[in-house]
Amino acid sequence: MRKTRIMASLSLVAAAAIALTACNSGTPGTTGDGGNGGDGGGSTPWTVATDVDLTGSPTFDRIQKAGKVVIGVKEDQPGLGYLDTTTGIRSGFDIDIARWMAASLGYDEEKIDFKPIASANREQSIVNGDIDFYVGTYSITDKRKELISFAGPYFITGQGLLVAKDNDKITGKDSLTKDDVVCSATGSTSIQQIKSLTPAQTKEYDTYSTCVQALLQGQVDAVTTDEAILLGYAAQDPDNLKTVGDVFTEERYGIGLTKGDTALQTFFNNTLTDGNDVWQKIFDNNLGKSGVTAEQPKVDPVG
Amino acid sequence: MGGVSQLWLQAIEGTLILFFAGGAIALVLGVIVGAMRVSPVPIARAVGTVYVNWIRNTPLTLVMFFFAFCIPILLAQRFNALLPATIALGIYTATYVAETFRSGVNTVPVGQAEAARALGLTFGQVMSQVVMPQAFRSVVPPMMSVLIALLKNTTVAAGFSVLNLGSVTAYLSEHREATAGGNIFIAMFTGENQLMTLILIAAIFVVLVLLLAWLQRVLERKWRVER
Repeated sequence: MRKTRIMASLSLVAAAAIALTACNSGTPGTTGDGGNGGDGGGSTPWTVATDVDLTGSPTFDRIQKAGKVVIGVKEDQPGLGYLDTTTGIRSGFDIDIARWMAASLGYDEEKIDFKPIASANREQSIVNGDIDFYVGTYSITDKRKELISFAGPYFITGQGLLVAKDNDKITGKDSLTKDDVVCSATGSTSIQQIKSLTPAQTKEYDTYSTCVQALLQGQVDAVTTDEAILLGYAAQDPDNLKTVGDVFTEERYGIGLTKGDTALQTFFNNTLTDGNDVWQKIFDNNLGKSGVTAEQPKVDPVG
Repeated sequence: MGGVSQLWLQAIEGTLILFFAGGAIALVLGVIVGAMRVSPVPIARAVGTVYVNWIRNTPLTLVMFFFAFCIPILLAQRFNALLPATIALGIYTATYVAETFRSGVNTVPVGQAEAARALGLTFGQVMSQVVMPQAFRSVVPPMMSVLIALLKNTTVAAGFSVLNLGSVTAYLSEHREATAGGNIFIAMFTGENQLMTLILIAAIFVVLVLLLAWLQRVLERKWRVER
């Protein structure tokens, strides 16, 4: 009797193990080609400034006093702001913009202290002075401008669609039908807009990477959020993923900084404007592999 | 504001569907498994033991992950997110129902089952006519605790694409009053107060749990065992 019980247990466990192996969900790996943005080596498109003249900026005074610059970032968005936890290397378009801004202030890679801040806590971290500025898919909105100031925009994007490379059916927002399943983060603005603008069905998970995984496994037909984020995934896996259609909202990414620090705001805006091809190189290094081209937007001196 | 109250109604609906459908699966499956665990058939006991120990020792999130992401791949089919989440909740809670029920069976004096068997009743008859009616009565309070836990566990489904009370905060923190202007969608970020949302969710859960507690009181009074 004891033997049957053990055998029954073992066979069940074996069956379960076989079943589970069919479901190996991969992690978003950078496979080495995401981290070429600039590791403090000589190949970076920007140069570290010396003798920076920036008076009247309380943030810059604080940075000089500390001898390092603390930058708030994201670390879960491949191609934009990503931390490879196995190598400790940060990469992405936003990270390189942050490095460029730090360099313009005279601080190189070793003197940057990157701090991951969740979206919901961004304004508070800037108000508290936990970080000197924030670069990470940070949309310029009137509501946020009541609490903080923005430099930029350094990138203009909007809600887009990511589909499988071989999907010819979905060509944009208006081609979505009630048979299509669109995925995005739970409760996000993007999913709320898909619900109100299209007849498509929706799936909602905690993270975009789960949605991308579901897309690669054929469980959903499209993933939606800011196109910049989607470009990051497409650049990571250009053989299987592509973005389609025109963006159907407008998001302007800015650098978040302490409210009223006009000196620093103007300084960053000038750096962005006078950067020549630095912006283009940063874009090509990080998001160019998605096959999409982009132009640097003009900064908005007021925003 | 119409959109927001609509969202609340849908969320409560999602929670109730998960609770009643998951609870139905849990009660039926749980009683069967509980009976298997006290049955005289060795293989039934073994299967029951493996099921209870295996599922009960796995976090609900993992059980739900398996049903939400692995089952669709194994069956090469797409499901409405509600179905796998309900099954996962039911299967997970069934282990607790089974153990609660087994503890109820153990409160029935052995002599009763022996007497029934002496009269020539089969195992099925002993269980259904003598043991189970008494067992059910004695497990009303712990069984309600299991159901209350199930009610609160429904929020786990929020992470697996099921709109319920657990997803409301995510929605309201990103809530935007939207107006369509040409092809570009103009959205005003309004972001509801998170604390108020959480307090409201807690209040709804308290009301639902109080209803279950009331049901428990009624059943206890009705089924009181005269000993």
